[in-house]
This record gives sequence, C-alpha cells and structure tokens, in this order.
Amino acid sequence: MPTSAARRTLHAPELPPSPFPYHPGSLLSINDLSLDALNHVLRRATELTNEDPLARARILPKRRVALLFYESSTRTRTSFELAAKALGCDTTLVSNLSSSIEKGESLKDTGLTIRALGAEAIILRHNASGAPWWLEACTHLPVLNAGDGMHEHPTQGLLDLRTILAHLRPGIAEVGPDTLAGVTVSITGDILHSRVARSNMLLLPRLGARVLLCGPKELLPDLAANVVPGVAIERNFESALKQSQVVMMLRIQAERLAGLQLDLEQYKAAYQLTGDRLRTLAPQAIVMHPGPIIRGLELTAGVADGPQSKILEQVANGVAIRMAVVERALTTSRTGDRA
Amino acid sequence: MSTLVIRNGHLIDPGAGVDAPKDILCKDNRVVEIAAPGKLKQLNGATDVQSIDAAGLIVAPGLIDIHVHLREPGQGYKETIATGTAAAAAGGFTAVAAMPNTTPVNDTADITRWMQSPERGAQVRVFPIAAATRGSKGETINDFAALKAAGAVAVTDDGHPILKDSIMRETLAAAARVGLSVIQHAEDTRLTQGASMNAGPVAFKLGLRGMPVEAESGIVERDIRLVTELRDARAHLHVAHTSTAAAIAAVRQARRNGLRVTCEVAPHHFLLTDEHVGCYNTHYKMNPPLRSAADRDAMIEAILDGVVDAIATDHAPHAAHEKEVEFERAPNGITGLETALGLCLRYLHGDLKMPLGRVLSLLSAQPAAVLGLKGRGSLAVGSCADAVIFDPKAEWTYRAAEGKSKSKNTPFDGWTMQGKVRWTVAEGRVAYTSLA
Repeated sequence: MPTSAARRTLHAPELPPSPFPYHPGSLLSINDLSLDALNHVLRRATELTNEDPLARARILPKRRVALLFYESSTRTRTSFELAAKALGCDTTLVSNLSSSIEKGESLKDTGLTIRALGAEAIILRHNASGAPWWLEACTHLPVLNAGDGMHEHPTQGLLDLRTILAHLRPGIAEVGPDTLAGVTVSITGDILHSRVARSNMLLLPRLGARVLLCGPKELLPDLAANVVPGVAIERNFESALKQSQVVMMLRIQAERLAGLQLDLEQYKAAYQLTGDRLRTLAPQAIVMHPGPIIRGLELTAGVADGPQSKILEQVANGVAIRMAVVERALTTSRTGDRA
Repeated sequence: MSTLVIRNGHLIDPGAGVDAPKDILCKDNRVVEIAAPGKLKQLNGATDVQSIDAAGLIVAPGLIDIHVHLREPGQGYKETIATGTAAAAAGGFTAVAAMPNTTPVNDTADITRWMQSPERGAQVRVFPIAAATRGSKGETINDFAALKAAGAVAVTDDGHPILKDSIMRETLAAAARVGLSVIQHAEDTRLTQGASMNAGPVAFKLGLRGMPVEAESGIVERDIRLVTELRDARAHLHVAHTSTAAAIAAVRQARRNGLRVTCEVAPHHFLLTDEHVGCYNTHYKMNPPLRSAADRDAMIEAILDGVVDAIATDHAPHAAHEKEVEFERAPNGITGLETALGLCLRYLHGDLKMPLGRVLSLLSAQPAAVLGLKGRGSLAVGSCADAVIFDPKAEWTYRAAEGKSKSKNTPFDGWTMQGKVRWTVAEGRVAYTSLA
C-alpha cells in the first residue's frame, strides 16, 4: 500500500561517501576490487605461482606482515603465512588465545601496538562482522580481511573464482562482466552464517554467473535473494544440483547457531551431497567447499574424495591468491599507485 | 525577589493558543504577566530587573525531553546530571525526565531524591522516572506511592522491557492507582538475542544479527491488550522511542478505541534508516535500531498526523572508548539534547512544512501533558518561568566536540541545523545564552 509519506518526503542529507578503504592496498570486502584490480590479482596469482621460489622471495624482502587471528583457522592462516613468506616477508602471528587480547586489550590498542612493532600490513580474522573496517580506521594500515564474523571472506571468494576459472574457463587471460555467463553456481547449506557465501554472492554475479542459494529457511532467510542482483533462492537441493555447473557446499556453523535448533538427520536427508545425487543430477559439475568439511554431514566421504571434488585445489589456490593480495597490500602506496 | 522580563519577542505558546508579539514578565519562578510589546503593567516600580531583548526571535515554552539518560548515579564518566542538563539547556530544554537505568538502578525514593538534590548542579529541572521493578529485573514491583512522593513522574524499566504479562499488568494497575504513567521499552528480548541492528537486507549484507520489527510491535500490542483489560482503572501506557510502522499502527488503533496510550519518537528514527549503519559506524547503533525506509516514513507520517505525542531524544551518552570497538560490542545509544530542536526545525518545519507551533508543541506542551507535568510546557500566566528564545532563521553547524554533553556519540556531527537557541530560561534563571 503506497502511503501518503511518498508525497511528503523528508530531504535528510545523503549518506556521506564511505571513507573506506582508507588504504587502497586494503581488501576489506570483495567489492573493494574493481574489475581491473580483480584481473591484476588473478594475473599476479598465476605469475607468482610460476615464479622461481628464490626470485619470489626477493620481491618483498623482510617486509613485516602481522597475522591477527581472533578465531581458529587452518587453511586461511597457513596459506596467508606461506604466501607472505614466499614473497620474502617476515610474518608474526598474534592470536587471541596467547596474547594480551586475553587480558582485555581492545582491537584498537592491539592494532596500534602491532603497527608500533613495525607491521606494514595486518591480516585479520575476527569473530565480529565489520572488525576489519574498525582496525583499518584505527591503524590506517592496509588490512586484509581473512574472514569477519558472518560477513565476508574476500580472499576465499577470489580463490574460489580462480578454481572455477581453471575448470570452466581454462586459459582465460582476463575476466569481464560476461566471463561466467551461462554458469550457475549453487551454494548450499548454512548461508545465514557464512562469510564465504556473502563474498561469492557479491563476486560471481559481477562476472555474469547466476548464483543459486539453497538451504532450509533457518539457515537461508528469504531476504537473502534481495541483497544483490543475480542471486536467487532454490529450496529444493536436487533442483539446484540439476542446474549447477559448480556445486559449492558449506559447513553447518555450530559455533554461530546461537540457540537455533536444527534436526541434523532431516538436514542430511534434504541437503547432503551424496554420490548418488551427484552422479544422477550433476555428473559434470565441479564440487567445491571452503573447508573445514564435516564428512558425513554436508557431503559424504566418497564425494569429498571423488574425482569431481576440487576441495584441495581450492586450498592450493589459496596460497596463490594470498601471495597476490599481500603483494598488492605492500606495493600500493597510500595514493593508490603501485610501487 | 528576582524579576525577569522578556521583551519584543514573538511568543508562540501552542498550549495557550498564543502566536503574537508579546512581552513576558516573570517573578521568581512564575510567569506573572503577558502583554503586548511595551504594555506590561506590573513592571512599574520593580527594581533589579533582568531584561532580555528578544527582538526578531521566537519565544516559546521551554522544551521538555521526557526520555534522557543522565547516567547519575554511578556512570559519571559518561555524563553527570550537571553536564547532561547543561547540554539540555544548550538545546533549549528546561526540563528533562531522567531514566532509571543508572548504577544502581533508581528503584528507591532515596535515589529519586538524590537525583533532585541541589548538590547535583542541575542547570534545568530534572524529573526522575523510577524503575518499575526492583533493579529493573522485571520481577518485583517497586513501591510506586513512595517513589511518587519522592518526585518520580513515571515508572519504567527502560533499557529493558517489562516482559512478563503478569508483571506488566500489575505494573499498569499499581501505577494507575497512584496516578503514574508506565513507560514501556517495547522490545521482546527473546527475539533480539545477539542482535545489533534492524533485521532486514542490510543486516544480512553486513553479517549482523537483526532485531525484527515484531520484537517491538509484539510488546506494544500485548501492552495495549493489558491496558484494554484495565480500562476502568484508567491505566496509562506510554510507548518509548517508537520505531516501527506496526507499533505506530497499534497505538493509532488504541487511541481510536479511547485508550490512554501515548507514544514518543526520537529524531534519529524519523531521519535515519538502517542503511546509515554503513561501514559499521557505532554512532548509528542504538536500541531500538534504525529501521527501514518504510518504517522511517511511517514515523514521519505519524508525526504529521498527530499520532505521535512527543519528540523525545533518548539522549544516551557513552564514553568514546565504549563506542570505539567492534560494532556488535558497542553499547546502544546516541546523544540528542543539543540537536533535537535544530533537527526538528530544519526537517519537520522547514522540509515538511509542519507549522512551527505544532513542532514546538511536540517538544513542550504535549510531552508535559504525557507525564502530567503541571505548570510546564506553557508560558501562560501562573506557569513556570521556563522559556526558550531562539532565532528561527539562523542556520548553524553542529560540532559535537564543542557540545556541552560529556560524550560525543552522535551521528549528527557536522549536520546543518536550523534555529539557534539564544537564551534558555529555566525557572526564571538564564541557564544558557549564546549571543549572535
């Protein structure tokens, strides 16, 4: 019902332009990357991977990168660390469990301390959505978002894209708005709590892909379809599978369910990726998962280890992408020029 | 005996139906005479007269904010009664009603009296609102007669809802027996666990848990049912900081049904939306949260239609270090006393063409009526000598750093305001002045 308020509109000031990212080398959201920047990162990921390891280690010799991790992580932390070290950086890990964070030090003070210790970039994993924005505002250092709460995980989006391109568009030199036209990527599982889903939802439609979100209402509210164009909801997993060239599965995030009760047996019956479902509904699709996987829950062991699974390739691509974004962070000056 | 005369101003007193050039004579704390310019009769022979020349300015009843957090006792690092009331005076307010979520909670006559003691250094009148239940825990109802005798003007558990049906019913009935209003912070906290903004597409995109509109409207609807049951007891429900179209609709219907249900809206809820949270700016975090554009428009509509009884700021100061944290961890609330008049004049009067008298009524006569504050909200003869004198044409830029409040947590820093307060007269005394 149109209200008469439409006729009586109040002209409050426009939203001020966002000051973020303060540092052009930061990667807070996948949307921080223009198409040019995206191509630069993808290209450098390949070039750095192919580079001679000794020559590569002379690219950013002794530059200081801090990994600040408020949540546990295997893949993201290790691949960021290996990526930075591969470029010759010194890295240091500050984790919430073995630092003054346990004593109540704020994110602001921890960030300023790390900067005073000489860090030139901070890689942040944090359980609060938006924490990288606050850290960047405090330190004005390039900040790489390694996952913030239920919000985003931009380097995961990039490594997923690199994986998808390797299989669906092998040898492509540059991506553009139509690169993934005709490709349907289904993302199934705990969308509500997933930062991986959000980064992929923002990234893949920009390249022409259709994203289908799949899961029960508790884990996938209807409004998720209204957040960005190019994203739709398909509640029926089998129907989603039938349409997909890329099948992305997500873990149920027990640590973020916040009292939500979920019948896991029912969930598995409706949404588990089994060998049968894959064979009959999506025999050509690639299967992806950001990890950690829970075998026997969102997918069976057979699927995880099967020929369509690209899960370990994703992990390997993580190092490539993270080398490129660490290099970008440390070689982009505050004015945005690349050194 | 102190005598104050306000000359040559244009008096707008919506409660008394005056909109004309008038001189006003106040003796001690009372208005004793209103007359055409130069025609005051009782001035003859008076000595020691303080005179304010209000030529070119509007003179109106002092503004009344029925929802502020002054943070004393116990949280003086955020605000004190002295600094909060100084901010009030700078904003044109001559009386504020102070919420009980202090440390300790104001649930006793002693604390209620302590807040009004001259040692607190209040610059304008403070009306304490006492806790409805012990410790605002929502379990055991306080002694309302004793609280009223000590000066409390209403009861509430603000910051928290009175959630249990039985306790809310008993609160409404007990308050009605002693003639107090019950102010409800309408939030079904069972639906808002861990949430830090409005539920909707913006919250989903930002990865923040959201507070659904039903968390507010569900409690308002429940409370209205209770008021209906207690119709014969003349229970009065006042809905604090209304933010959703659904809650407004419930209030509108209750009024049609002749119930004593009133509501207030805060400036941020008719100006801002959840889109303003932007990149996790904690100066846009409050409870209830900024809502969708449709809800925001419903607040405007309800203000214009007269469903809203009062503009109240929910002035909620917090220290910088408390807001300089991750969004989810920041406390709720923003300051509002120094910006309310400037925003209402700019947007309600300037933009939406609401008559000045009606805007001023929402900031004085009507809030006084909501809480039954006798002698307040009008400058009729015999009323308290509470006045705001402002230049309606002056535009100015609000700078939080220059504000009187101890805290600077406001989304309106740098906004252009309309209407500059030149004098605030509180109980016959100049509490604030800024000369052009």
